Amino acid sequence: MRSLKTFYLWLVYSFLYLPMAMLAAYSFNASKYGARWEGPTFEWYRDLANDSALLEATLNSLAVAFVAATLSTLVGTLGAIGLWHYRFPGQTFLQGLLFVTLMSPDIVMGVSLLVLFMALRVRLGFWSLLLAHVSFCLPFVTVTVLSRLNDFDRRLIEAAQDLGAGEGRAVWHVVLPLALPAIAAGWLLSFTLSLDDVVVSFFVTGPTFEVLPLRIYSMVRLGVKPEVNALATLLFIVSLGLVSVSQRLLRKEQP
Amino acid sequence: MRNLKLFKLGSIGLLPLWLGLFTLLPTLLVAVVSFLRRDETGLIALAPTFDNYARLLDPIYLKVFGHSLWMAGVATLLSLAAAYPFAYLLSRVRPAWRPVLLTLVVVPFWTNSLVRIYAIRSLLAAKGAMNDVLLALGLIHEPVRLLYTDTAVTLGLVYVLLPFMILPIYSSFEKLDQKLIEAASDLGADRLDTFWHVIVPLTAPGIAAGSLLVFLPALGMFYVTDVLGGARDLLIGNFLKDQFLDARDWPFGAAASLIIIALLFLLLELYVLSRRWLNPGERLDA
Repeated sequence: MRSLKTFYLWLVYSFLYLPMAMLAAYSFNASKYGARWEGPTFEWYRDLANDSALLEATLNSLAVAFVAATLSTLVGTLGAIGLWHYRFPGQTFLQGLLFVTLMSPDIVMGVSLLVLFMALRVRLGFWSLLLAHVSFCLPFVTVTVLSRLNDFDRRLIEAAQDLGAGEGRAVWHVVLPLALPAIAAGWLLSFTLSLDDVVVSFFVTGPTFEVLPLRIYSMVRLGVKPEVNALATLLFIVSLGLVSVSQRLLRKEQP
Repeated sequence: MRNLKLFKLGSIGLLPLWLGLFTLLPTLLVAVVSFLRRDETGLIALAPTFDNYARLLDPIYLKVFGHSLWMAGVATLLSLAAAYPFAYLLSRVRPAWRPVLLTLVVVPFWTNSLVRIYAIRSLLAAKGAMNDVLLALGLIHEPVRLLYTDTAVTLGLVYVLLPFMILPIYSSFEKLDQKLIEAASDLGADRLDTFWHVIVPLTAPGIAAGSLLVFLPALGMFYVTDVLGGARDLLIGNFLKDQFLDARDWPFGAAASLIIIALLFLLLELYVLSRRWLNPGERLDA
Protein backbone atom coordinates (compact mmCIF):
# COMPACT_ATOMS: atom_id res chain seq x y z
CA MET A 1 0.00 0.00 0.00
CA ARG A 2 2.77 2.37 1.01
CA SER A 3 4.76 1.71 -2.13
CA LEU A 4 1.62 2.18 -4.20
CA LYS A 5 1.22 5.66 -2.72
CA THR A 6 4.83 6.57 -3.42
CA PHE A 7 4.43 5.20 -6.92
CA TYR A 8 1.43 7.44 -7.55
CA LEU A 9 3.26 10.56 -6.34
CA TRP A 10 6.15 9.67 -8.64
CA LEU A 11 3.78 9.08 -11.53
CA VAL A 12 2.24 12.55 -11.32
CA TYR A 13 5.64 14.21 -10.89
CA SER A 14 6.94 12.35 -13.94
CA PHE A 15 3.92 13.49 -15.92
CA LEU A 16 4.71 17.08 -14.94
CA TYR A 17 8.46 16.91 -15.47
CA LEU A 18 9.34 14.26 -18.06
CA PRO A 19 8.26 16.30 -21.11
CA MET A 20 10.33 19.26 -19.90
CA ALA A 21 13.31 17.03 -19.09
CA MET A 22 13.12 15.60 -22.59
CA LEU A 23 13.19 19.06 -24.12
CA ALA A 24 16.28 19.83 -22.06
CA ALA A 25 17.93 16.63 -23.32
CA TYR A 26 16.98 17.39 -26.94
CA SER A 27 18.48 20.86 -26.59
CA PHE A 28 21.94 19.26 -26.34
CA ASN A 29 21.27 16.68 -29.05
CA ALA A 30 23.20 17.05 -32.30
CA SER A 31 20.37 15.44 -34.27
CA LYS A 32 18.18 18.10 -35.75
CA TYR A 33 15.02 16.01 -36.01
CA GLY A 34 13.65 13.13 -34.02
CA ALA A 35 14.56 11.63 -30.72
CA ARG A 36 17.70 9.63 -31.61
CA TRP A 37 20.73 10.73 -29.62
CA GLU A 38 23.57 11.77 -31.92
CA GLY A 39 26.02 13.22 -29.48
CA PRO A 40 26.14 16.44 -27.47
CA THR A 41 26.25 19.91 -28.98
CA PHE A 42 25.88 23.54 -28.00
CA GLU A 43 24.92 24.51 -31.54
CA TRP A 44 21.28 25.32 -30.68
CA TYR A 45 22.32 27.63 -27.86
CA ARG A 46 24.68 29.39 -30.27
CA ASP A 47 21.83 29.76 -32.78
CA LEU A 48 19.75 31.26 -30.02
CA ALA A 49 22.40 33.83 -29.15
CA ASN A 50 22.62 34.84 -32.82
CA ASP A 51 18.87 35.22 -33.36
CA SER A 52 18.53 39.01 -33.19
CA ALA A 53 14.72 39.08 -33.51
CA LEU A 54 14.49 36.70 -30.57
CA LEU A 55 16.91 38.76 -28.49
CA GLU A 56 14.93 41.91 -29.21
CA ALA A 57 11.67 40.20 -28.22
CA THR A 58 13.34 38.97 -25.02
CA LEU A 59 14.51 42.47 -24.11
CA ASN A 60 11.04 43.87 -24.86
CA SER A 61 9.47 41.23 -22.65
CA LEU A 62 11.88 41.86 -19.79
CA ALA A 63 11.21 45.60 -19.99
CA VAL A 64 7.43 45.16 -19.96
CA ALA A 65 7.60 42.55 -17.18
CA PHE A 66 9.85 44.72 -15.02
CA VAL A 67 7.75 47.88 -15.32
CA ALA A 68 4.42 46.00 -15.12
CA ALA A 69 5.52 44.07 -12.02
CA THR A 70 6.74 47.23 -10.31
CA LEU A 71 3.61 49.24 -11.12
CA SER A 72 1.20 46.49 -10.14
CA THR A 73 3.14 45.89 -6.91
CA LEU A 74 2.89 49.59 -6.02
CA VAL A 75 -0.83 49.87 -6.79
CA GLY A 76 -1.65 46.41 -5.42
CA THR A 77 0.22 46.88 -2.13
CA LEU A 78 -1.32 50.29 -1.59
CA GLY A 79 -4.75 48.83 -2.38
CA ALA A 80 -4.24 45.88 -0.03
CA ILE A 81 -3.23 48.21 2.82
CA GLY A 82 -6.29 50.35 2.05
CA LEU A 83 -8.59 47.32 2.14
CA TRP A 84 -7.05 46.07 5.38
CA HIS A 85 -6.58 49.29 7.29
CA TYR A 86 -9.59 51.42 6.37
CA ARG A 87 -13.33 50.91 6.16
CA PHE A 88 -14.93 52.63 3.20
CA PRO A 89 -18.14 52.40 1.17
CA GLY A 90 -18.06 49.93 -1.70
CA GLN A 91 -15.41 47.80 -0.03
CA THR A 92 -17.32 44.55 -0.49
CA PHE A 93 -17.98 45.42 -4.12
CA LEU A 94 -14.27 46.12 -4.62
CA GLN A 95 -13.33 42.74 -3.13
CA GLY A 96 -15.89 41.06 -5.35
CA LEU A 97 -14.49 42.85 -8.39
CA LEU A 98 -10.96 41.70 -7.45
CA PHE A 99 -12.17 38.12 -7.15
CA VAL A 100 -13.97 38.22 -10.50
CA THR A 101 -10.94 39.77 -12.22
CA LEU A 102 -8.70 37.12 -10.69
CA MET A 103 -10.90 34.33 -12.03
CA SER A 104 -11.78 35.79 -15.40
CA PRO A 105 -10.20 33.88 -18.30
CA ASP A 106 -7.36 35.62 -20.14
CA ILE A 107 -9.24 35.49 -23.40
CA VAL A 108 -12.06 37.67 -22.03
CA MET A 109 -9.54 40.17 -20.67
CA GLY A 110 -7.64 40.29 -23.98
CA VAL A 111 -10.78 40.91 -26.02
CA SER A 112 -12.14 43.56 -23.62
CA LEU A 113 -8.86 45.46 -23.43
CA LEU A 114 -8.52 45.43 -27.22
CA VAL A 115 -11.97 47.03 -27.49
CA LEU A 116 -11.02 49.59 -24.79
CA PHE A 117 -7.76 50.57 -26.49
CA MET A 118 -9.50 50.96 -29.82
CA ALA A 119 -12.25 53.10 -28.26
CA LEU A 120 -9.65 55.31 -26.53
CA ARG A 121 -7.47 55.36 -29.67
CA VAL A 122 -4.46 53.96 -27.80
CA ARG A 123 -1.90 52.72 -30.33
CA LEU A 124 -1.12 49.04 -29.83
CA GLY A 125 2.46 48.56 -28.67
CA PHE A 126 4.49 49.03 -25.50
CA TRP A 127 1.97 51.16 -23.62
CA SER A 128 -1.12 49.11 -24.38
CA LEU A 129 0.81 45.97 -23.44
CA LEU A 130 2.02 47.53 -20.19
CA LEU A 131 -1.47 48.69 -19.14
CA ALA A 132 -2.89 45.24 -19.93
CA HIS A 133 -0.17 43.40 -18.01
CA VAL A 134 -0.56 45.62 -14.94
CA SER A 135 -4.30 44.92 -15.11
CA PHE A 136 -3.99 41.14 -14.93
CA CYS A 137 -1.14 41.19 -12.36
CA LEU A 138 -2.85 43.66 -10.04
CA PRO A 139 -5.40 41.27 -8.43
CA PHE A 140 -2.68 38.68 -7.78
CA VAL A 141 -0.47 41.19 -5.92
CA THR A 142 -3.41 42.62 -3.96
CA VAL A 143 -4.62 39.19 -2.87
CA THR A 144 -1.11 37.98 -1.95
CA VAL A 145 -0.38 41.05 0.18
CA LEU A 146 -3.89 41.17 1.67
CA SER A 147 -3.78 37.54 2.77
CA ARG A 148 -0.45 38.23 4.49
CA LEU A 149 -1.91 41.30 6.22
CA ASN A 150 -4.93 39.29 7.35
CA ASP A 151 -2.54 36.98 9.24
CA PHE A 152 -1.37 39.88 11.44
CA ASP A 153 -2.67 40.96 14.70
CA ARG A 154 -4.28 44.37 14.24
CA ARG A 155 -3.22 45.22 17.77
CA LEU A 156 0.34 45.68 16.46
CA ILE A 157 -0.74 48.95 14.85
CA GLU A 158 -2.62 50.00 17.97
CA ALA A 159 0.44 49.21 20.06
CA ALA A 160 2.63 51.34 17.79
CA GLN A 161 0.14 54.18 18.08
CA ASP A 162 -0.06 53.79 21.86
CA LEU A 163 3.71 54.12 21.91
CA GLY A 164 3.38 57.48 20.19
CA ALA A 165 3.76 56.64 16.50
CA GLY A 166 1.42 58.52 14.19
CA GLU A 167 -0.77 56.54 11.82
CA GLY A 168 1.64 57.18 8.96
CA ARG A 169 4.67 56.02 10.94
CA ALA A 170 2.75 52.97 12.13
CA VAL A 171 1.99 51.96 8.55
CA TRP A 172 5.49 52.74 7.30
CA HIS A 173 7.46 51.14 10.16
CA VAL A 174 5.15 48.31 11.22
CA VAL A 175 2.83 47.22 8.41
CA LEU A 176 5.21 47.57 5.46
CA PRO A 177 8.14 45.63 6.97
CA LEU A 178 5.80 42.82 8.04
CA ALA A 179 4.22 42.65 4.60
CA LEU A 180 7.53 42.91 2.76
CA PRO A 181 7.96 39.19 1.97
CA ALA A 182 4.47 39.07 0.45
CA ILE A 183 5.14 42.27 -1.48
CA ALA A 184 8.34 40.79 -2.90
CA ALA A 185 6.56 37.53 -3.72
CA GLY A 186 3.80 39.54 -5.44
CA TRP A 187 6.40 41.32 -7.56
CA LEU A 188 8.02 38.03 -8.58
CA LEU A 189 4.65 36.49 -9.44
CA SER A 190 3.70 39.52 -11.55
CA PHE A 191 7.05 39.44 -13.31
CA THR A 192 6.51 35.77 -14.19
CA LEU A 193 2.87 36.21 -15.22
CA SER A 194 3.89 39.05 -17.51
CA LEU A 195 6.73 37.03 -19.07
CA ASP A 196 4.43 34.01 -19.60
CA ASP A 197 1.34 35.66 -20.96
CA VAL A 198 0.37 34.62 -24.48
CA VAL A 199 -3.37 35.18 -24.67
CA VAL A 200 -3.77 38.80 -23.52
CA SER A 201 -0.60 39.97 -25.29
CA PHE A 202 -1.79 38.42 -28.54
CA PHE A 203 -4.72 40.84 -28.59
CA VAL A 204 -3.13 44.04 -27.31
CA THR A 205 0.28 44.27 -28.93
CA GLY A 206 1.03 45.83 -32.28
CA PRO A 207 3.25 44.68 -35.14
CA THR A 208 6.05 47.02 -34.08
CA PHE A 209 6.50 45.61 -30.60
CA GLU A 210 7.08 41.87 -30.38
CA VAL A 211 7.37 40.07 -27.05
CA LEU A 212 8.99 36.74 -26.23
CA PRO A 213 5.88 34.53 -25.81
CA LEU A 214 4.48 35.70 -29.14
CA ARG A 215 7.86 35.14 -30.80
CA ILE A 216 7.88 31.60 -29.36
CA TYR A 217 4.30 31.18 -30.55
CA SER A 218 5.23 31.92 -34.15
CA MET A 219 8.32 29.65 -33.92
CA VAL A 220 6.35 26.78 -32.38
CA ARG A 221 3.51 26.92 -34.88
CA LEU A 222 5.97 26.24 -37.67
CA GLY A 223 6.98 22.94 -36.09
CA VAL A 224 9.61 21.42 -33.83
CA LYS A 225 12.87 23.34 -33.93
CA PRO A 226 16.02 22.62 -31.93
CA GLU A 227 16.55 26.30 -30.96
CA VAL A 228 13.16 26.28 -29.27
CA ASN A 229 14.35 23.34 -27.15
CA ALA A 230 17.32 25.41 -26.01
CA LEU A 231 15.13 28.43 -25.31
CA ALA A 232 12.61 26.31 -23.39
CA THR A 233 15.41 24.88 -21.25
CA LEU A 234 16.71 28.35 -20.39
CA LEU A 235 13.21 29.63 -19.52
CA PHE A 236 12.59 26.57 -17.35
CA ILE A 237 15.78 27.23 -15.39
CA VAL A 238 14.72 30.86 -14.87
CA SER A 239 11.30 29.76 -13.52
CA LEU A 240 12.96 27.25 -11.23
CA GLY A 241 15.10 30.04 -9.74
CA LEU A 242 12.21 32.48 -9.35
CA VAL A 243 9.96 29.89 -7.68
CA SER A 244 12.58 28.90 -5.11
CA VAL A 245 13.08 32.55 -4.16
CA SER A 246 9.33 33.16 -3.90
CA GLN A 247 8.65 29.99 -1.87
CA ARG A 248 11.36 31.04 0.57
CA LEU A 249 9.74 34.48 0.90
CA LEU A 250 6.27 33.13 1.59
CA ARG A 251 7.21 30.40 4.04
CA LYS A 252 5.09 30.92 7.13
CA GLU A 253 7.54 30.15 9.95
CA GLN A 254 9.87 32.96 9.01
CA PRO A 255 8.87 36.46 10.11
CA MET B 1 -0.68 65.23 8.09
CA ARG B 2 -1.16 66.12 4.43
CA ASN B 3 0.96 63.13 3.45
CA LEU B 4 -1.28 60.88 5.49
CA LYS B 5 -4.39 62.18 3.77
CA LEU B 6 -2.72 61.60 0.44
CA PHE B 7 -1.79 58.07 1.49
CA LYS B 8 -5.34 57.34 2.60
CA LEU B 9 -6.71 58.70 -0.66
CA GLY B 10 -4.20 56.67 -2.69
CA SER B 11 -4.66 53.42 -0.80
CA ILE B 12 -8.44 53.62 -1.05
CA GLY B 13 -8.79 55.25 -4.46
CA LEU B 14 -6.09 53.94 -6.74
CA LEU B 15 -7.13 50.29 -6.90
CA PRO B 16 -10.83 50.98 -7.66
CA LEU B 17 -9.74 53.57 -10.23
CA TRP B 18 -7.54 51.06 -12.04
CA LEU B 19 -10.07 48.22 -11.89
CA GLY B 20 -12.83 50.58 -13.00
CA LEU B 21 -10.85 51.82 -15.97
CA PHE B 22 -9.31 48.52 -17.09
CA THR B 23 -11.81 45.88 -15.96
CA LEU B 24 -15.29 47.38 -15.60
CA LEU B 25 -15.18 49.89 -18.46
CA PRO B 26 -13.84 47.43 -21.08
CA THR B 27 -16.46 44.86 -20.07
CA LEU B 28 -19.21 47.46 -20.50
CA LEU B 29 -17.77 48.42 -23.90
CA VAL B 30 -17.82 44.77 -25.00
CA ALA B 31 -21.44 44.56 -23.88
CA VAL B 32 -22.32 47.66 -25.92
CA VAL B 33 -20.41 46.48 -29.00
CA SER B 34 -22.21 43.14 -28.90
CA PHE B 35 -25.47 44.96 -29.67
CA LEU B 36 -24.05 46.93 -32.61
CA ARG B 37 -23.59 46.13 -36.28
CA ARG B 38 -20.43 45.40 -38.14
CA ASP B 39 -19.22 48.05 -40.54
CA GLU B 40 -17.06 47.10 -43.53
CA THR B 41 -14.95 50.26 -43.23
CA GLY B 42 -14.69 51.25 -39.58
CA LEU B 43 -15.23 47.95 -37.71
CA ILE B 44 -18.37 49.02 -35.88
CA ALA B 45 -21.49 50.88 -37.02
CA LEU B 46 -23.65 52.60 -34.43
CA ALA B 47 -26.82 50.70 -35.27
CA PRO B 48 -28.47 48.65 -32.52
CA THR B 49 -29.25 45.01 -33.26
CA PHE B 50 -29.75 41.59 -31.67
CA ASP B 51 -28.38 39.86 -34.78
CA ASN B 52 -25.07 38.89 -33.19
CA TYR B 53 -26.81 36.82 -30.55
CA ALA B 54 -29.23 35.34 -33.08
CA ARG B 55 -26.27 34.29 -35.24
CA LEU B 56 -24.66 32.51 -32.28
CA LEU B 57 -27.64 30.13 -32.36
CA ASP B 58 -26.53 28.88 -35.79
CA PRO B 59 -25.72 25.14 -35.44
CA ILE B 60 -22.14 25.77 -36.68
CA TYR B 61 -21.39 28.08 -33.77
CA LEU B 62 -23.41 26.10 -31.25
CA LYS B 63 -21.19 23.18 -32.18
CA VAL B 64 -18.04 25.20 -31.48
CA PHE B 65 -19.39 26.23 -28.09
CA GLY B 66 -20.58 22.73 -27.27
CA HIS B 67 -17.26 21.22 -28.28
CA SER B 68 -15.29 23.76 -26.29
CA LEU B 69 -17.41 23.23 -23.15
CA TRP B 70 -17.04 19.48 -23.61
CA MET B 71 -13.23 19.67 -23.96
CA ALA B 72 -12.95 21.97 -20.92
CA GLY B 73 -15.25 19.66 -18.95
CA VAL B 74 -13.25 16.54 -19.81
CA ALA B 75 -9.97 18.34 -18.97
CA THR B 76 -11.48 19.41 -15.63
CA LEU B 77 -12.66 15.89 -14.72
CA LEU B 78 -9.36 14.28 -15.72
CA SER B 79 -7.40 16.88 -13.72
CA LEU B 80 -9.66 16.30 -10.74
CA ALA B 81 -9.24 12.52 -10.95
CA ALA B 82 -5.45 12.87 -11.10
CA ALA B 83 -5.14 15.71 -8.58
CA TYR B 84 -7.42 14.51 -5.77
CA PRO B 85 -5.48 11.42 -4.67
CA PHE B 86 -2.23 13.25 -5.38
CA ALA B 87 -3.17 16.21 -3.15
CA TYR B 88 -4.27 13.81 -0.41
CA LEU B 89 -1.01 11.87 -0.51
CA LEU B 90 0.99 15.10 -0.60
CA SER B 91 -0.74 16.34 2.55
CA ARG B 92 0.26 13.10 4.32
CA VAL B 93 3.94 13.19 3.35
CA ARG B 94 6.45 13.70 6.17
CA PRO B 95 6.46 17.46 7.04
CA ALA B 96 10.17 17.78 6.31
CA TRP B 97 9.58 16.78 2.69
CA ARG B 98 6.49 18.83 2.06
CA PRO B 99 8.01 22.24 1.16
CA VAL B 100 10.21 20.69 -1.53
CA LEU B 101 7.42 18.55 -2.98
CA LEU B 102 5.04 21.50 -2.95
CA THR B 103 7.61 23.70 -4.71
CA LEU B 104 7.83 21.03 -7.39
CA VAL B 105 4.09 21.45 -8.00
CA VAL B 106 4.43 25.22 -8.19
CA VAL B 107 7.34 25.25 -10.69
CA PRO B 108 5.22 24.19 -13.70
CA PHE B 109 2.69 26.89 -12.80
CA TRP B 110 5.52 29.44 -13.10
CA THR B 111 6.93 27.97 -16.31
CA ASN B 112 5.87 29.47 -19.61
CA SER B 113 2.79 27.50 -20.62
CA LEU B 114 3.57 27.81 -24.32
CA VAL B 115 6.91 26.14 -23.67
CA ARG B 116 5.12 23.37 -21.78
CA ILE B 117 2.65 22.83 -24.61
CA TYR B 118 5.59 22.70 -26.99
CA ALA B 119 7.11 19.97 -24.79
CA ILE B 120 3.92 17.94 -25.24
CA ARG B 121 4.09 18.57 -28.97
CA SER B 122 7.59 17.18 -29.27
CA LEU B 123 6.60 14.22 -27.10
CA LEU B 124 3.69 13.34 -29.39
CA ALA B 125 5.35 14.16 -32.72
CA ALA B 126 5.55 11.42 -35.38
CA LYS B 127 9.27 10.98 -34.63
CA GLY B 128 8.80 11.85 -30.96
CA ALA B 129 9.49 9.84 -27.84
CA MET B 130 5.94 8.54 -27.40
CA ASN B 131 5.96 6.82 -30.79
CA ASP B 132 9.46 5.45 -30.08
CA VAL B 133 8.28 3.96 -26.80
CA LEU B 134 5.17 2.43 -28.37
CA LEU B 135 7.26 0.99 -31.22
CA ALA B 136 9.84 -0.41 -28.82
CA LEU B 137 7.11 -2.05 -26.75
CA GLY B 138 5.75 -3.60 -29.91
CA LEU B 139 2.32 -2.06 -29.34
CA ILE B 140 2.43 -0.46 -32.78
CA HIS B 141 4.44 -1.35 -35.89
CA GLU B 142 4.73 2.06 -37.49
CA PRO B 143 4.46 5.60 -36.06
CA VAL B 144 0.85 6.64 -35.42
CA ARG B 145 -0.63 10.08 -35.55
CA LEU B 146 -0.92 11.37 -31.99
CA LEU B 147 -0.81 15.08 -32.76
CA TYR B 148 -3.78 16.95 -34.27
CA THR B 149 -6.32 14.93 -32.32
CA ASP B 150 -8.80 15.89 -29.62
CA THR B 151 -6.90 13.59 -27.27
CA ALA B 152 -3.72 15.60 -27.82
CA VAL B 153 -5.55 18.84 -27.04
CA THR B 154 -7.12 17.35 -23.89
CA LEU B 155 -3.74 16.06 -22.76
CA GLY B 156 -2.24 19.52 -23.36
CA LEU B 157 -4.97 21.24 -21.34
CA VAL B 158 -4.54 18.81 -18.45
CA TYR B 159 -0.76 19.16 -18.58
CA VAL B 160 -0.86 22.95 -18.39
CA LEU B 161 -3.71 23.27 -15.88
CA LEU B 162 -3.08 20.36 -13.46
CA PRO B 163 -1.19 22.48 -10.87
CA PHE B 164 -4.23 24.80 -10.65
CA MET B 165 -6.30 21.79 -9.56
CA ILE B 166 -3.69 20.33 -7.18
CA LEU B 167 -2.94 23.47 -5.16
CA PRO B 168 -6.47 24.39 -3.91
CA ILE B 169 -7.31 20.74 -3.13
CA TYR B 170 -4.02 20.36 -1.30
CA SER B 171 -4.82 23.38 0.83
CA SER B 172 -8.24 21.87 1.72
CA PHE B 173 -6.58 18.61 2.76
CA GLU B 174 -4.04 20.54 4.82
CA LYS B 175 -6.87 22.16 6.79
CA LEU B 176 -8.78 18.88 7.18
CA ASP B 177 -8.92 17.96 10.85
CA GLN B 178 -7.76 14.34 11.25
CA LYS B 179 -9.91 14.05 14.39
CA LEU B 180 -13.10 14.36 12.33
CA ILE B 181 -12.13 11.24 10.40
CA GLU B 182 -11.37 9.38 13.63
CA ALA B 183 -14.69 10.57 15.04
CA ALA B 184 -16.51 9.23 11.99
CA SER B 185 -14.92 5.81 12.37
CA ASP B 186 -15.55 5.82 16.14
CA LEU B 187 -19.20 6.43 15.34
CA GLY B 188 -19.21 3.36 13.14
CA ALA B 189 -18.76 4.77 9.65
CA ASP B 190 -16.86 2.50 7.28
CA ARG B 191 -14.09 3.88 5.07
CA LEU B 192 -16.36 4.53 2.10
CA ASP B 193 -18.93 6.34 4.25
CA THR B 194 -16.20 8.43 5.83
CA PHE B 195 -14.88 9.31 2.40
CA TRP B 196 -18.22 10.37 0.90
CA HIS B 197 -19.79 11.97 3.95
CA VAL B 198 -16.81 13.51 5.73
CA ILE B 199 -13.74 13.88 3.53
CA VAL B 200 -15.41 14.93 0.26
CA PRO B 201 -17.67 17.64 1.80
CA LEU B 202 -14.75 19.05 3.80
CA THR B 203 -12.50 19.25 0.76
CA ALA B 204 -15.30 20.47 -1.53
CA PRO B 205 -14.13 24.11 -1.42
CA GLY B 206 -10.80 22.99 -2.88
CA ILE B 207 -12.52 20.86 -5.51
CA ALA B 208 -14.78 23.76 -6.51
CA ALA B 209 -11.95 26.31 -6.65
CA GLY B 210 -9.69 23.95 -8.59
CA SER B 211 -12.44 23.09 -11.06
CA LEU B 212 -13.08 26.79 -11.77
CA LEU B 213 -9.36 27.44 -12.20
CA VAL B 214 -9.13 24.63 -14.78
CA PHE B 215 -12.47 24.93 -16.55
CA LEU B 216 -12.53 28.68 -17.24
CA PRO B 217 -9.02 29.06 -18.72
CA ALA B 218 -9.51 25.84 -20.71
CA LEU B 219 -12.23 27.58 -22.74
CA GLY B 220 -9.85 30.23 -23.98
CA MET B 221 -6.39 28.72 -24.48
CA PHE B 222 -6.33 29.02 -28.26
CA TYR B 223 -2.61 28.31 -28.49
CA VAL B 224 -3.13 24.77 -27.19
CA THR B 225 -5.24 23.87 -30.21
CA ASP B 226 -2.97 25.88 -32.52
CA VAL B 227 0.07 23.87 -31.43
CA LEU B 228 -1.46 20.44 -30.73
CA GLY B 229 -4.74 20.31 -32.60
CA GLY B 230 -5.76 20.44 -36.20
CA ALA B 231 -9.25 21.90 -36.50
CA ARG B 232 -9.36 25.69 -36.33
CA ASP B 233 -12.53 26.28 -34.36
CA LEU B 234 -11.98 23.77 -31.63
CA LEU B 235 -12.18 26.07 -28.62
CA ILE B 236 -14.10 29.28 -27.92
CA GLY B 237 -10.67 30.90 -27.65
CA ASN B 238 -9.88 30.10 -31.29
CA PHE B 239 -13.28 31.40 -32.33
CA LEU B 240 -12.76 34.70 -30.48
CA LYS B 241 -9.28 35.09 -31.89
CA ASP B 242 -10.64 34.56 -35.41
CA GLN B 243 -13.51 37.01 -35.00
CA PHE B 244 -11.38 39.77 -33.48
CA LEU B 245 -8.12 39.45 -35.40
CA ASP B 246 -8.84 37.63 -38.69
CA ALA B 247 -12.51 37.96 -39.71
CA ARG B 248 -12.63 41.30 -37.89
CA ASP B 249 -16.28 40.93 -36.97
CA TRP B 250 -16.04 42.58 -33.56
CA PRO B 251 -19.75 42.77 -32.68
CA PHE B 252 -20.12 39.03 -33.29
CA GLY B 253 -16.98 38.28 -31.27
CA ALA B 254 -18.17 40.62 -28.51
CA ALA B 255 -21.46 38.71 -28.27
CA ALA B 256 -19.57 35.44 -27.81
CA SER B 257 -17.29 37.06 -25.26
CA LEU B 258 -20.29 38.31 -23.30
CA ILE B 259 -21.68 34.76 -23.18
CA ILE B 260 -18.41 33.63 -21.55
CA ILE B 261 -18.61 36.52 -19.07
CA ALA B 262 -22.17 35.44 -18.22
CA LEU B 263 -20.94 31.87 -17.76
CA LEU B 264 -18.13 33.16 -15.53
CA PHE B 265 -20.61 35.00 -13.30
CA LEU B 266 -22.91 31.99 -13.15
CA LEU B 267 -20.08 29.67 -12.09
CA LEU B 268 -18.67 32.15 -9.55
CA GLU B 269 -22.14 32.63 -8.07
CA LEU B 270 -22.56 28.85 -7.79
CA TYR B 271 -19.12 28.66 -6.19
CA VAL B 272 -19.90 31.30 -3.57
CA LEU B 273 -23.33 29.77 -2.87
CA SER B 274 -21.89 26.27 -2.48
CA ARG B 275 -19.28 27.53 -0.04
CA ARG B 276 -21.92 29.31 2.04
CA TRP B 277 -24.02 26.18 1.99
CA LEU B 278 -21.15 23.88 2.98
CA ASN B 279 -19.72 26.19 5.55
CA PRO B 280 -22.17 28.75 6.91
CA GLY B 281 -20.62 31.56 8.90
CA GLU B 282 -17.34 31.51 6.98
CA ARG B 283 -16.22 34.87 5.63
CA LEU B 284 -15.26 34.84 1.99
CA ASP B 285 -12.24 36.93 1.14
CA ALA B 286 -11.26 37.78 -2.37
